[in-house]
Order: sequence, then C-alpha cells, then structure tokens
Amino acid sequence: MGDIPARFVTLWRVTTTPVQAGLPPKPRAAVVRDALGVGTAVGLSGFAFGVTSAGAGMTVVQTCVLSLFVFTGASQFALVGALGGGGNPLAAAAGALLLGVRNAFYGLRLSQLLGLPGSVRPLAAQWVIDETSAVALAQPDRRLARLGFTVTGVSLYAGWNITTFLGALGASALGDPTAWGLDAAGPAVFLALLLPMLRGRSSSTPAAAPPAEPPSDGGPAGHAGPRDEAPRAPQAARDPLARRAEAVVAVLAVVLALACVPFVPVGVPVLVAVLAAPAVLAASRLLTRSPRGGR
Amino acid sequence: MVWVAIVVTAAGCYAVKLLGLSVPAAVLERPLVRRLAALVPIAALAALIALQTFADGRTLVVDARAAGLAAAAVALLLRAPFLVVVAVAVVVTAAVRALTG
Repeated sequence: MGDIPARFVTLWRVTTTPVQAGLPPKPRAAVVRDALGVGTAVGLSGFAFGVTSAGAGMTVVQTCVLSLFVFTGASQFALVGALGGGGNPLAAAAGALLLGVRNAFYGLRLSQLLGLPGSVRPLAAQWVIDETSAVALAQPDRRLARLGFTVTGVSLYAGWNITTFLGALGASALGDPTAWGLDAAGPAVFLALLLPMLRGRSSSTPAAAPPAEPPSDGGPAGHAGPRDEAPRAPQAARDPLARRAEAVVAVLAVVLALACVPFVPVGVPVLVAVLAAPAVLAASRLLTRSPRGGR
Repeated sequence: MVWVAIVVTAAGCYAVKLLGLSVPAAVLERPLVRRLAALVPIAALAALIALQTFADGRTLVVDARAAGLAAAAVALLLRAPFLVVVAVAVVVTAAVRALTG
C-alpha cells in the first residue's frame, strides 16, 4: 500500500545493504512479530484511503474493489484523486499505473529470493508491494523471507481492506467531504510517500552512503585497500545532477504539471509531468558523458 | 466510466506485479531502466501533490488545501506517524475553510 512512512524506507535501506551478514540468526518468532507490526500499522492506513475515496465521489463498493484488486496504495490514491477532480478515466488510470511500476522491480528481487513455484506466483503477485518487499528482503535466508513475505502480506491485505471499508462507510456518513477538508488527505498522503524517496534514494547511492566510509583515525595507509562494497552505478558518484536527480525531477514535475493545467484536459498534467524523469535522466547522462563513454 | 478506470488500474497494477515476479532478471536489471523506475514515481507524486493542492479543474488556485499541505509538511518534519500527518492536513484545511468561509 503504500509505501508509506519513512521508517519503512529506512528499514528497506538498512536491510538491503550487505552489512547484515554479521547479525545473529533471527528466530521465526521475531520475523512474525516484525511482519505483523508492519502489516497492521500500514494496514490501518486503509482508513485514510477509504475516507479519501468516498470523499472523491467513489461508492463504497468501488472503494472496496480498488483496495481488493489494485492493492497498492499510491496508485489507489492517485486514481480516486484524479477521478474526483473530474479527470478523464483513462488518463487517471494511466497516472495510477505509473505509480505502480516500481512493484515490478520489487518482484524481480523477490522472485530470486523467494524462489516461488509457478503455481503460487499468480497469487503471491498481488502482495508484491513496498512493505512486503521490505520485510522479505530484510531476512537472511529464503525460509524466513517466505515467512516474512507471507505474514506481512496476509496481515496487510486483511487490515487494508477492512479499514478501507470502514473508512468509506464513515466518510459517506459525514456528508460533504470538502467541508471536512478531506480533499487535503490525498496531497498529504503523497507528500508522506515522496519525502522518504527524496531522502532515501540519494543516500542509497554509493557516493553518499556514509557507512561505507571507513573511519579515518585508524591510519590512512590501512584503508588503501579496495572499497567496492557498492559496485552499482559507479558513474552516479561523479555526476552532480545524478546525486540530486530526485529533487530536480520533483521540482521539474511540479512546474510542468502546474504549467499545463490551463491548457490540457484534467488528468493529463500528471502524464506530462512524468516526462521530467526521462528528461532529467537524459540531461544527467549528457552532462556526464565521460571519455569512457556510456554503457 | 469510473468502472473502466477501476478495471484498467486493477488489471494493470496486477500485471506489473506479476511481470516483476515472472520475467528473467536481466530484462529489468539494466541500470538505465532501474534509474527510470526510481524517478518516475517521484515525478508522479510531486505532480500529484501540486495538482491536488493548487488545481481546481483547469484553473490554478491557492485555497485552504495549501494550508493543509503546509501543515502536513510540518507534521512530517516532526516525524509524526502517517495517519497523524493525514489527519493534520484534513483538520487544518477544514479549519481554514471554516474561518475564511
């Protein structure tokens, strides 16, 4: 669902570093406890979705169908926000899909880790979201990863759908949603999702990862050895634009979206704004075109 | 038409999830693709924040929602839990709207 708060992103970041090799083995009970904690905490935020969706004019049934079958929070909020604003349905769906793309990349990493048989895959796929991925990838082996993925998935799916239903019912009883300020819930949710992305990604790039930096007080000669714990994307380190790419993309997207509001149909500005991502990526590659050339 | 959007979104989001679990890793593991996949949600979220705060149909406005968003930002900086952040935005928006009528 959503991706939500910073602590999960922190969890994600911490657990995807190779540092954890030295940790003591984790008992199954601890995995279940962690997974249940994440699942129920985030599952509760379905309430916010139910209220927002009903406030945007969706029926209770539509709201519950979204949580049951879309089951990825940011996309759900985006869809009901766009539809509630009078957007074209297909443009609204396209915007929601763009936010769901990252789940494919979680799936990639999970498929190697979980080693699911083909018959289970279609079922497990629905649970491939930020939180289940974060919990599963935090585990040291396949057995615990499967356990963490399953417990998080079950508890989050149950919690998210139950609270969606309650939220939608409650909001319908409230009457006019704008009088209650419910139209501000969507932007607040997106902001809560965006901030950790802006902070988290930049520090997960090798150049900015402070733990990789050995303490300098132990004799400089001793640290001359190879420090290639982070072999990924070495060119990002040298590229000032790449380091701030997240922030640049965000600002450019805001400018593009607002600039084209008066000129294009409702729902389309977000699609235009997404072009900020390839634009910034292309610009940063142009700037860093080194003698070695790109890959 | 709302149902069309719901069905398309549900089918598309599920397909994307299944795709990730099913395709060989090499297809999506290219650095450029990974980078783009990280940046696209950032662009979409940033745009959605701006649009749902400052757009009213096809005009731009500054109204109570802006106050609500600012309050949410403060709550986030204070590390408030997710539901509190949303609640703060809603309450402040409603309060500003009630005061300014």
